[in-house]
Amino acid sequence: MKARHKRLGFLIVGLAALGLATFFVIQALDSNLSYFFSPTEVAQDQAPSNHVFRLGGMVEEGSVKRGEGVDVLFTVTDHANSIQVLYSGILPDLFSEGQGVIAQGKLDADGVFVADEVLAKHDETYMPPEVAEALEKGRQAEVKMNGGTTP
Amino acid sequence: MNNASINWFKYSSPATFYPLAGRLIPWFMAIAVILIGIGLYLSFFVAPTDYKQGEGYRIIFVHVPAAWMSMFIYLIMAFWAVMGLVFNTRLSAMMSQALAPTGAMFTFLALWTGAFWGKPMWGTWWVWDARLTSELILFFLYIGFIALQGAIDDTRRGDRAGAILLLVGVVNIPIIYFSVKWWNTLHQGASISVTQGSSMASIMLNTMLIMALGFWAYTIAVALSRARSIILEREMDSQWVRELQEIRQ
Repeated sequence: MKARHKRLGFLIVGLAALGLATFFVIQALDSNLSYFFSPTEVAQDQAPSNHVFRLGGMVEEGSVKRGEGVDVLFTVTDHANSIQVLYSGILPDLFSEGQGVIAQGKLDADGVFVADEVLAKHDETYMPPEVAEALEKGRQAEVKMNGGTTP
Repeated sequence: MNNASINWFKYSSPATFYPLAGRLIPWFMAIAVILIGIGLYLSFFVAPTDYKQGEGYRIIFVHVPAAWMSMFIYLIMAFWAVMGLVFNTRLSAMMSQALAPTGAMFTFLALWTGAFWGKPMWGTWWVWDARLTSELILFFLYIGFIALQGAIDDTRRGDRAGAILLLVGVVNIPIIYFSVKWWNTLHQGASISVTQGSSMASIMLNTMLIMALGFWAYTIAVALSRARSIILEREMDSQWVRELQEIRQ
């Protein structure tokens, strides 16, 4: 065995050990590394409901209600569970119905999430407006063909 | 080794690598200028506006290639670290040293442009989610590598310490790449994936790829030129350096 083979062996063993250690650390930290909780996780009591946490999901279509001034009430959903969010402040430009959103705040006694910060979460789709329009038309045509049931 | 293939080990010697690098630099620089020129033209004038983000999305044409480069360059440096530790070649450590400032620059560029995009789109400059935090750690790794290698006067020991730091830090690269998959993050998932293709309009995708290739060519050109300076500095007292035409003049 040449010296360089030995060194290569040491390196490979060392890197494998390091990789394994990292894997376990990541496993242990798993829940702490998530930036937000989904409504389903909140429903299953996985979120720290007695102090501040972040809630992430989609703004449900037709759920946005504007109150006095900058007050706004909307529903965040992951299509399985949903939570009402109350926020008073300026919303980011990308905030709209059907768009991903992350709110930071606390659950109050009635199960309404009182947010002190709302961030828009963008998805990984990039396309020109005409394409988006065409896709939307296609989707509507499909809904009609299926007799009005939403996909 | 048969005669038809190139003897790669020949170029692991600084004395043969130095003139080769000198010949390659103008080519890669020219490719970089042309590709980045075309890429920027496409980014600003040809690529259509995005259906949701409007004009602001154009920052991804710099942001995404810069973020790719920040990870690629680290992997290449780690490759040279392995080569240096296993084969004890002098040139390997010089290559890592030559790549590090460019890697740090692209990491900074990715973080900086990301903040500019984040403010109008997300509503915040910075959040401590897994993707952003691990990319920031990558930046610290680059800075740490440059500092550590530079802080040790004995170049052989400095190179070895730097190489070990590079290899320890390499676990961060898969964490950056997969962070958006493994955990809930504010940062969106990858628009381009090997298995699922891309979720971008093709003109946007092509523009991004052209920019990425331009950044590659730029990286190669500046790394080679930096490597040449490092070679001259380290081999100052050797016969072949003293005989170089540009040194004798």
